[in-house]
Amino acid sequence: MNKQKTYLSTLEQKLAEKEFAVTCEIGPPKGADKEEISEAAGFLKGIADGINVTDLQSSVMRMGSLTTSALLIEWGYEPVFQMTTRDRNRLMIQSELLSAYVAGVRNVLAITGDYTNIGDHPQAKPVYDMDSVQLLWTMQTLEQGKDLVGNDLTHKPAFYKGAVVNPGADTEAAYELQILKMKKKIEMGAQFFQTQAIFDAETFKKFMDRLEKEKIDVPVLVGIILLKSKGMAKYMNKFVPGVFVPDNLIEKMEKTDDKAATCIEIAADLINEVKSCCAGAHIQALGWEKHIKPIMDLVQ
Amino acid sequence: MILTESKPVEEIVEKLGKEKNIFIMGCGGCPEGAETGGKKVLNEMKKTLEQKGFSVTGIIEIDFICQKALIRSRLKPRTSEIEAADSVLVFSCGLGVQAASEVLDKVCHPALNTMTFGGITGMWHGKERCDTCGSCILDLTGGICPYTNCPKMLENGACAGQSDDKCETDPDRDCGWVLIYKNLKRIGKLDLLEQFIEPRDYRKALPTEKLRNSRLWAYDEEAADE
Ligand code: SF4
Ligand code: SF4
Repeated sequence: MNKQKTYLSTLEQKLAEKEFAVTCEIGPPKGADKEEISEAAGFLKGIADGINVTDLQSSVMRMGSLTTSALLIEWGYEPVFQMTTRDRNRLMIQSELLSAYVAGVRNVLAITGDYTNIGDHPQAKPVYDMDSVQLLWTMQTLEQGKDLVGNDLTHKPAFYKGAVVNPGADTEAAYELQILKMKKKIEMGAQFFQTQAIFDAETFKKFMDRLEKEKIDVPVLVGIILLKSKGMAKYMNKFVPGVFVPDNLIEKMEKTDDKAATCIEIAADLINEVKSCCAGAHIQALGWEKHIKPIMDLVQ
Repeated sequence: MILTESKPVEEIVEKLGKEKNIFIMGCGGCPEGAETGGKKVLNEMKKTLEQKGFSVTGIIEIDFICQKALIRSRLKPRTSEIEAADSVLVFSCGLGVQAASEVLDKVCHPALNTMTFGGITGMWHGKERCDTCGSCILDLTGGICPYTNCPKMLENGACAGQSDDKCETDPDRDCGWVLIYKNLKRIGKLDLLEQFIEPRDYRKALPTEKLRNSRLWAYDEEAADE
């Protein structure tokens, strides 16, 4: 038998072998129940290389991302455990990373997290003991068998470490800050990136050109959100920073008699258009997980 | 009175790094009272830096560095000394370093850590804000405090939440990291943003009981008699 390079996860292997990878996002339920998770995950069987588990996304209180990731492993899926620094201080961050490793989690996505005031508990005390770059640095430190103050660990964890970048920043300063931070994240151990959702292929291609010019060579998964309606498009344009839905797509959603079919078409077109310049796609279905398969069937 | 503590000389030397020509600026307000500033301290620092191979292009004490107009007028006759410097070392609280960073086009290194305000937030009310973190990093962030200008208190760059350069938490508020970017761009020091900053030490944000209770010492007759 050939001696093969060992990978921490399927996602790592796919990206290393330059196969187009697909990750899909699911949000844990607001309640003590696992049915919803298994149903959403069921639609992704055989399609997603990794199931991305959001971590109190938009600062809305829900079931935890670590437990949800562990459940997915139990059911035979590969999770991408999202970890924000909004709700955990450095003790908890390190502790949960160790727990995650023991639970079988290998893919970890480091994010800072939305501010508390946009969520359903705006009164909460935001933690932010660290930022996402420091979270990557923390993972690296644990991987070397040490905690953040230099104490030895009895056993080293190992992670396939991801981070997020926004290719659609709307001003020169915001754009440059994204590039600067992306470089810092790579320096602190980020091995793959997923982007904020894009609707405009040109914006994304321009961003990828910039990365090439900067000689930034890490796998980037293009972020795709399923556009469910005209209202959703308008809402995102108004309230979701860094996301821009062009008029022609809004019009398409307005005129269609079959929203799901149009949504599938838009997402598949987008992926097909940018497929050659990125390593994979990261799809946020927001409850429409059942439509991901038909989308991927249309992706060439 | 705003209470500051001196940064260790080794830390200052490390921060000055490869910069060789330094202009020293001190606040004649609170740091005089806290004995972390004043002419004697500034002159001592000059001597120390010279011993360590730096060249000091000039020294000035300004009554209240938190007043930008005052900095401008006092520094006008000293322009050549500042121009000859690679960077400026500032003996003041965070507000003073922020004000100096806005007025000058050099990196301003804080020589002090701001420990507690004792109820006072600078002599002049400007847009500068300090959170008395006790480990000032203003020289890495263009003189704009990431703890008071970014609600997430990010140390290593912006989040992706801003829209039209305004903060995700409040559309009326400038994104602190955009301000940091712009000021560093203005002085040609964007490369400072490549430096990784470790999480801050929160112990330093807890001033000791002695510091907490000493807010009126400058006016306190009993204390003055001691
Ligand atoms: S970094 Fe900010 S909070 Fe800390 S001492 Fe400097 S100005 Fe004050
Ligand atoms: S938008 Fe800017 S100021 Fe606001 S939290 Fe993000 S980085 Fe900080």
